[in-house]
Order: sequence, then C-alpha cells, then structure tokens
Amino acid sequence: MIEIKAMRIELSGFALKELDLFIMDGEFFILLGPTGSGKTLLLEAIAGIVPVTSGRILLKGRDITNLTPEQRNIGIMYQDYALFPHLTVFENIIFGLRYHNKREQNALKKWVEWLINQLELRPLAGRSIRYLSGGEKQRIALARALAVKPSLLLLDEPLSALDQNFREEIRELLKMLHKEMKITFLMVTHDFSEALFLGDRTAILNRGEIEQIGALSEVFTRPETPFTANFVGMKNIFQATFKGKKARTNGMELNLDSPPGKNRGYIAFRAEDVLINKEDMTGDGRNVFQGKISDIIDRGPYYDVAATSGKLMFKAVLSKSDLVQLGLPAKKEVRIIIPSSAIHVL
Amino acid sequence: MKAGRHPDPFLWLTVFCSLSVVIFILFPLTEMIFQPSLQDLKETICDRDVLRSIWLSIFTSGIAAIISFIFGTPFAYLLARKDFFGKKLVESIIDLPVMIPHPVVGIAILGLAGKNHWLGHIMSNLGIRVMGTVTGIVIVLTFVGMPFYINTAKAGFEAVPVRLENVARSLGASFTGTFLRVTLPLAWRSMLAGIIMCCARAISEFGAVIIVAYHPMVAPVMIYERFTAYGLKYSQPVAVWLIMVSLILFLLLRVVSISGKEQA
Repeated sequence: MIEIKAMRIELSGFALKELDLFIMDGEFFILLGPTGSGKTLLLEAIAGIVPVTSGRILLKGRDITNLTPEQRNIGIMYQDYALFPHLTVFENIIFGLRYHNKREQNALKKWVEWLINQLELRPLAGRSIRYLSGGEKQRIALARALAVKPSLLLLDEPLSALDQNFREEIRELLKMLHKEMKITFLMVTHDFSEALFLGDRTAILNRGEIEQIGALSEVFTRPETPFTANFVGMKNIFQATFKGKKARTNGMELNLDSPPGKNRGYIAFRAEDVLINKEDMTGDGRNVFQGKISDIIDRGPYYDVAATSGKLMFKAVLSKSDLVQLGLPAKKEVRIIIPSSAIHVL
Repeated sequence: MKAGRHPDPFLWLTVFCSLSVVIFILFPLTEMIFQPSLQDLKETICDRDVLRSIWLSIFTSGIAAIISFIFGTPFAYLLARKDFFGKKLVESIIDLPVMIPHPVVGIAILGLAGKNHWLGHIMSNLGIRVMGTVTGIVIVLTFVGMPFYINTAKAGFEAVPVRLENVARSLGASFTGTFLRVTLPLAWRSMLAGIIMCCARAISEFGAVIIVAYHPMVAPVMIYERFTAYGLKYSQPVAVWLIMVSLILFLLLRVVSISGKEQA
C-alpha cells in the first residue's frame, strides 16, 4: 500500500499543491485529469525521479521519500514506451534482472517466461525494437516493467499513443494482468471511459490539486465540484440557489427529487438525460421548458444539440431518428424536458 | 507550371552561389596538393624534423582530446540534463575559446605561467614549465579544442530521451549503471565525433601555439617557419602532409556520423 502525506512539489513553472493520497495493496488506482494538471509530475515524484519539496511518501509502511528511484522497487511505464533502442526485445525485458541476487534471479526467470508467454512476445524475443507496432512496443514495455515484480506499477497514459484496436488489446491485457498478479497499479489518464473500464478508485487532479477522491462509479454519478462534473461528462452545469425541493438558476426554476444538503451551489446533469420533444410531456418529476434549438452538430452516430430557453442553454444528445421525428427546421419551438431524477446537486 | 519551363532566377542565383562557395574552398586546397612534385613530398616526409613535428601535432592534439573527454564528458552530461541558474552563462563561457583571437589565448596562458604569477610560481616549484614545452602546447590545444568536444557530446546526450534513463533507474539501475548501460551506448557516436572534432581543431591551431612554444615545433609552426625562412615552395609539401592528417580525421568523422544516422 502506498501513502502520500502532505506532499508538495514546487517547480519553476508549476506547483503540485499539498496533497494526501492513499492507495491500497492490489488496487487499480486511476489518476484522472486534463493535460497540465500535474499527473505525470505526481507519478514521477512517486517513482523518485522528481524530488518533493515537502511531505512524505510511504510504501508498505516504509518511508521512501528520500530513496533513489532504484531503491524503491516502483516500476514506471510511459506513453511513448521508452524502450531501449540499442537492445533487442528480450534484452529490454530482462534489463532489470541483473540488479537482483542469483536466487531471486532464478525465480524471476520463470516469471519472465510466464510474462513473455502471456503477452505473446515469444516470436519477437530476438528482434530489434525498431519497426515494431505501438501495441507490440507497449506489450514489451509492460513485460519489462513487470519482470522485476515491482511493488507498485506506475502507468503514464499507457494507451493514449496507441491506435484504437491496439488500445483495446492493451486495455484488456492490463485488466487481465492486474487480476492475475497482486501488484498495485497507479495509472494516469485523461480518458474517463478507460478509467471506468480498468479502475477501482480514482483521484481527479486539476491544476495541481485533487478535486475528488473516490470509487470510480461514485465519482461518475456524484461529482463534488463543477470541474469534476464537467470532467465526467455532465455537460450542463449551472450555478443555482436552493429553496426546499426547488433550484433557481438564471430566473428559472427546476424541481429536484429531494431537498439538497447544505453548502450546495450548483446543479448538473448529463446531456444524455435532456429530452427534446415537440409536444408537452408533463408528468411527475419532469421539468419542462419552452425553448428553441440553437445549434446542431453532426457527430456521426448521434447529434450534439444545444437548446436555449430564456437565458439558459441546455446541451442534449439526439439520435438520427429522434431528429427526424422532430422534423426540425432549426429555430423551431421545442419542449426541453429534464427529469428531476437526473439533476445532480453539488 | 510556368516556373517549370523557366526556372526562377532565384534558383540560378542559389546554384551560382553554391558552386562559387564549393570552388572557393576546394580550388586552393587541390592546387596546393598538386603543386609539389612527388619527389618533394617524399623528401619532405623523410625529413626527420618534419616527421617529428607532424607526430608532435598528432600527439599533443590527441592528449588534448583525451583531457577534453575526461573533464568534458561529465560536464556535457550535466548541461544536457540539468537546468540551473546561470546555465546560459556557463554555456557562453564554454564557447569563449572559439571567439577569442588565438594569439590572445597563448598570451593569456603564458601570463599565468610566468614566475610573477602565483600559479606560475607554484608550477615552477613543481617543475612544470609551460613556455616552450609539450606541456604548454597541450594546455593551449585543450583550451581551444575543449568547446568542440563539449558541445558535440552535449548534443549527443540531449538526443537520448530522459525517460529511457528514468525507466532504467526504476528497473533498479544506479545512476552510473544507467549511464553505462543506456546513455553511453546511445551517445557514444556523438562523443567520438566530439573527440575527432576536438582533435581536428587542435591540430590546426597555430596562433596560440606559436606564442607559447615556437619549439618544440608542431606542424603548423613548422610550415610557418619554412615559409618565412625558405619561401612558399618549401612550405607546401609540409602543408600537404598536414592536410593528409586532417583529411583522415575528417573522413573518420564522416564515417562515424553517417553510420550513426543510419542507425537512428
């Protein structure tokens, strides 16, 4: 298990603000955040490549804050694979073996054999790493990092440089390997669907600060800040004041399912939950507004639609058939329907 | 389309200028190589003084390159990897020897070596003499050659992604182990190219050497002496032999850098 206590990093152009993080043994933890949020910096600090300004890092109860990278037994995998170009595939994989004593080496050799078979690298073993596909390279990088049985494996956007089909392949592999081995994974990504597929818990990082920590499903359904809400795909976010089971925003009133807790200031809901219709569909728990379609963007399988009512602009998603049914010449009067159960208060 | 049939005047201008430059470089050199007769060349190379001076040039340049390699490698690595306050200034300092007029370099070194200077005093007590010695020659050649080694090696280190080193460290390799197993195998070509450039630069040095040591005579000083004492005809064969040495270095450099590119 890894514990980060009041860690701070200050660089000339960027600072990681004081943060606490706790990752359990065998967990697949995901660090989510946009580019420039400090994710890679946090990883490199855990790996010992970047020195921390203050705070401590504990791995299995041992303080590793001042240890060099090679003393930590923490593996790191980069988006660009970072394979050694002067070595063959096999030499890359066994790079770290010689830093173990003879007895450990014998055990690790068997383990490496298993890895090579699992990752289907046998046919590539003697080849140079040039001219390999991205998927092959990332499999080699994975084998190389796992070969020394690290206590923790850090993955820095391991899927983002890959083509779609390789991405799915490596994603499955990561999931399989994590299940088979009892190694803790800490993966950085900006892709929420990737995170949902692989991860147990997550921390959302924004501008060097953690916005929210929790189980992925919880962060997905109950974001605590507007940033997180937007990040997990709640495209409609409005500042609001509350009174009983009603939320007021920009002079409009929306019904909520239950009265909100204290210190709440926003309502948020997904574009997928916004309905657009010609007729009135009044009913229980429905907020219905008269409005106009202001923008339609073709996304291939679906349309992104913006509809305005009063001062508010709602973002919705419509299928092709929905759009046909609406018979929409743009600017036509429509009803915008938001189920109260879809409205999340934060 | 029209440009295809009537090439742009600018194109003609570039062709003309490029040819002029190539001729400007090659014409004097080839003329000089072919002017001395084979007989002259043979006699010159059998002249013990000439042989000794060429050998001294190669020897002192080689030592200068080795010193640059030993002290310059860690420095070049530091410059390639670390950002620190005043880095730009340090980089400019390294380039200084390239900018300073060569006799000035010689005078500056001699100024330190004189008995009036505390450093010269210490050195003379230790029995180290600079004026008119091989030691003096090696010192000025290192001074002028060092920037070429450092800059080339630095570029080589910069071309090795720092992430490769990070991964090596995370796999258990120490700082030294990482340098020897990852950085060095990927940067040795640049380091070798730097050594060759440093050598080539040192072999061609004249201005600084003649101030510090007229004797023992390195090849460029010998050429100068033959020219002033006996005239053009007697200096040319020595020059040809020196050019041969430089050309061999130059060819080595090309071979090293070209096969390096193919591998990258």
